[in-house]
Formats: sequence, C-alpha cells, structure tokens
Amino acid sequence: MELLLHQIFAGLATGGIYASVALALVMIYQATHLVNFAQGEMAMFATYLAWSLMQAGLPYWVAFFLTVAIAFVGGILIERVIIQPVENAPVLSVVIVFIGLLVIFNSLAGWIYTYTIKPFPSPFPSGSFLDNRLLSSHEMGSMAVTLGVLALVFAFFRYTPLGLAMRAAAQNPVSSRLVGVRVGWMLALGWGLASAIGAVAGIMVAPIVFLEPNMMGGILLYAFAGALLGGIDSPGGAVLGGFLVGVLENVVGVYLGTELKLTVALVIIVAVLVVRPSGLLGKVHVARV
Amino acid sequence: MTAPLLQVRDLHAQYGPTRVLHGIAFEVRQGGISTILGANGAGKTTTLRAVCGMVRTQGEILLGGERIDGKPTESIVRMGVAHVPDGRGTFMELTVEENLRLGAYTRRDREQVQADFERIYRYFPRLRERLRQQAGTLSGGEQQMLAVSRALMLRPRLLLLDEPSFGLAPLVVQELFEILGEINRAEGTSMLLVEQNASLALKLADHAWLLETGRVVISGSAESIRNDEVVRRSYLGY
Repeated sequence: MELLLHQIFAGLATGGIYASVALALVMIYQATHLVNFAQGEMAMFATYLAWSLMQAGLPYWVAFFLTVAIAFVGGILIERVIIQPVENAPVLSVVIVFIGLLVIFNSLAGWIYTYTIKPFPSPFPSGSFLDNRLLSSHEMGSMAVTLGVLALVFAFFRYTPLGLAMRAAAQNPVSSRLVGVRVGWMLALGWGLASAIGAVAGIMVAPIVFLEPNMMGGILLYAFAGALLGGIDSPGGAVLGGFLVGVLENVVGVYLGTELKLTVALVIIVAVLVVRPSGLLGKVHVARV
Repeated sequence: MTAPLLQVRDLHAQYGPTRVLHGIAFEVRQGGISTILGANGAGKTTTLRAVCGMVRTQGEILLGGERIDGKPTESIVRMGVAHVPDGRGTFMELTVEENLRLGAYTRRDREQVQADFERIYRYFPRLRERLRQQAGTLSGGEQQMLAVSRALMLRPRLLLLDEPSFGLAPLVVQELFEILGEINRAEGTSMLLVEQNASLALKLADHAWLLETGRVVISGSAESIRNDEVVRRSYLGY
C-alpha cells in the first residue's frame, strides 16, 4: 500500500512537469491548431542555458528567472522570424518547420554542450520532505513551482485584459482585429509564454532525468498524451491529463515493469483517439452541414 | 458645411481576380448616418470591409481628412472606427461581459469604460441579465445587440453596421433601429449602414447610395430617394 502511495505521489510530481508541457502544447494548439513538436527541445535548450548561467557563477534563482525571461523572448523571436512566414502555408509545411526546429535545437545542444549526461542542481534540500516517506523535497518543491506557474498562467488568462485579448485572438482572429487586438503579436506572445512555461518544466525535471539533449523526448510524449487525454483544446484538461498520465506512468512502472512506461503514453494516445477524441474536458465539435 | 467625417473617392476592391467595387464614392457627414443599399452581391459588405482595411483596395478613404486606406485594421480601429460585422462576429466561447470588455480593448480610460457598461445597459437592459453567460448561448437578436454594444464600447467616431437586421424578427429589428437612432442623436455617433431592408435604412439615414454590381447607380438624400417612386419600385422593391 505504501509503495502504491509513494508511486502516486511521485507520479504527481512528474505529472506536474507533464502538465506544464501539456499546457504549453495546448496554448499553441488553440491559436494555430497545430502541435508544436519542438516544445520539448526548446525547454531542453533553455535548461542548458540555465546550466551555463549557473556554471558562470550565478545563484540558482537568478539563473532560473533569467532563463525563463530569455526563453520568453526566444519564443517570441521564433514565432516572429520562423513561424510567421509560414502562417498561411499548408499544415504539412508548418509541421515540417516544427520538426526542423526540434532537430536544430537537439543538435545545437549536442554541438555546444556534447551528449555527455550532466547532473543538474535542485534548489531544494536533498532527502525527504519533512521526514515523510512519500515525497522527496525536490518532488515537493518542483510540484509547488509547477502549480505556482499554472496558477499564474490561469490568473493571467482569466483576469488581465491582455490575457483576454490572447484568448479572443485564438478563437476569433477576425473579430479580434475589429476590436483593435494585434492578433499577430498575440500569437507571438503565446509562443513566448509557452516557451517560458517549458523552460520552468525543463529546469524542474532536469535534476531527476539529468541534463542531456534528449532529456525532453519522453516527456514531450507523456505531455502530448496528457494533453490529448484532458482535451487538446482545453488548458484545464491538459493540466489534469498531465497529472493523470504522471500517476499512471509511475504506477504501471511499478506493477508491470519499467519497460512498459513509455508504452503507457502511446496506449493512452491511441485509446483516447479511438474512444473519446475530444478528451476528458475537451469540446466535441459538431458542425452543421 | 463642415468637412465630412468619412470620405471615399474612386474606391476599387477585389478578392483575388474577382473585382467587386468599380470606383465608388460616398461620404458620411459628421454626426450623420449614411446608408448603402443594394441587392445581394452588389458589394455592400465589401465596401464596409474596405473602410476598415479588411480587403485590398485602390482609391482614397479619408477619415477626418486623414488617409486610412492601406492601414491595418487594428490601426483603423484605434482611430475610432467600430465595425459590427456581417455574421455579428461574436466571441462565442467568451462571456457577454468579456465580449464587451474586448470592445473597449484599445481604450485606456478605465473608469470611463466601467461607466460605459451602465450606458450599454440603458440601451440593452437584457445584456445585464446575460452578463456571465457564454455569448454563444444568446439568441440571434441578443447577439446582434451584443455586437452593437461591443462596437459602442470603443466610443467610436464612426460606427459601421453590416446588415444589423439580418435574421431578426421584425419587432426586434424595429427596436434595434430605434436604439441606433437614439444613439446617433444622443451621442452624435456617425454611422455607415449597409442594409437590404431599404425602407428601414432610409428612415434612419440622412443620405443613401444605391449600389449595383459594384457601382453607384443612384445617390441623394434619404428623403428624396424614399419619395422617388420610380427608384423605389425598380431598385428597392417596396
């Protein structure tokens, strides 16, 4: 029983990471109806940046916030320079651009930092959290950070005029222009936010999976499974789905063997697409013909 | 005579290779209401889209003496042109309140915006009851009221109205047009109205232009057109 509980809590900790990346995926998806396959590699690259900043002698939290800020600006730049020119291109072209970004960031990281696995520091004390046997301090801390980020993002979208404009631009670009919203910039801002959220997720997961250019590969898959499970067009669903996938993955890892962990993500993806394509909280789109 | 608020000269517009407007000219007086009439496909909607930069055009469009043709839509909106588009343009998944807030998105005078909510409720009391409701769940008439209200939240100098009567019950249309007239009188908001319902439009407007396949065939004061039996029979069909 305790083993199961432990796995559930550990699952919630990694689930928080999946939830963040899933949220980043959903944000881009809502605006463009495309899944940014490069989301994970962008996060990985940001994590390397944080590592470099710390190597240069910056304190952990300074490096953390600086990295998140750079990731935000970087996300905006990528949208403006690379994505915007292909905005009206066929879907397949944009997907190829995403895959291109994935490969570029992956090899860039390998080229600059080599493929050797690096340890990554955690800002939280080692050992278990307040002497309980279910959660380590890092798991607890990273869960708190992820939940904090998610709360901030939701508050931003729910309560600020800019957040409202971004939601409006994603669902009705034409009407948004007619009330004066600069839709192109809202898209870029969405990329910036998604990239920043990814950077936080990368930094939080790096102490667990260690720093290497392929560290986000599996995570992106889990996050995608989580986003689909919750509903690819529902930010709340994506977060819920991310946590669920985290728990499932851990529990399955214990009872069926770790070899099957990644399979869980793929089974979830296929099952959701077959049984309930709209996901748990997603909307079912019905069109009159 | 003061200079007109909106002046359009020799306006051409096209969608790809299809030419829709062939050099039309019209104007909206400061505080006046102009209407553009015509059958389906005459180019009415395109004319409104041209004014707010949503289609490629040639020719001159002047707002308060300043050229606005070629400017992006967002900038024209920021100059005080609000558009109630064809199909109402409701943000279906947002609440009524959020729709109204978006209308005031470019404004920086927070307190005034808050006061304008009250102003909107005076015209459309029903919206106050629906404030927290998802806009997509409103009836057609309510969505049209919401579209007009969203545009009014900009405190526009010029209000563009694309067939506000479309799909509404006659009584609702009557009410809506009365309110539009009241807004024009009380606040001096200039309007450019595109309508298929000519009799209604001619009652509200002071000047009218009649479009036929992208050309102005008749123009004049609303009164003279309303009283010209030949025009009424042959073009307006009532």
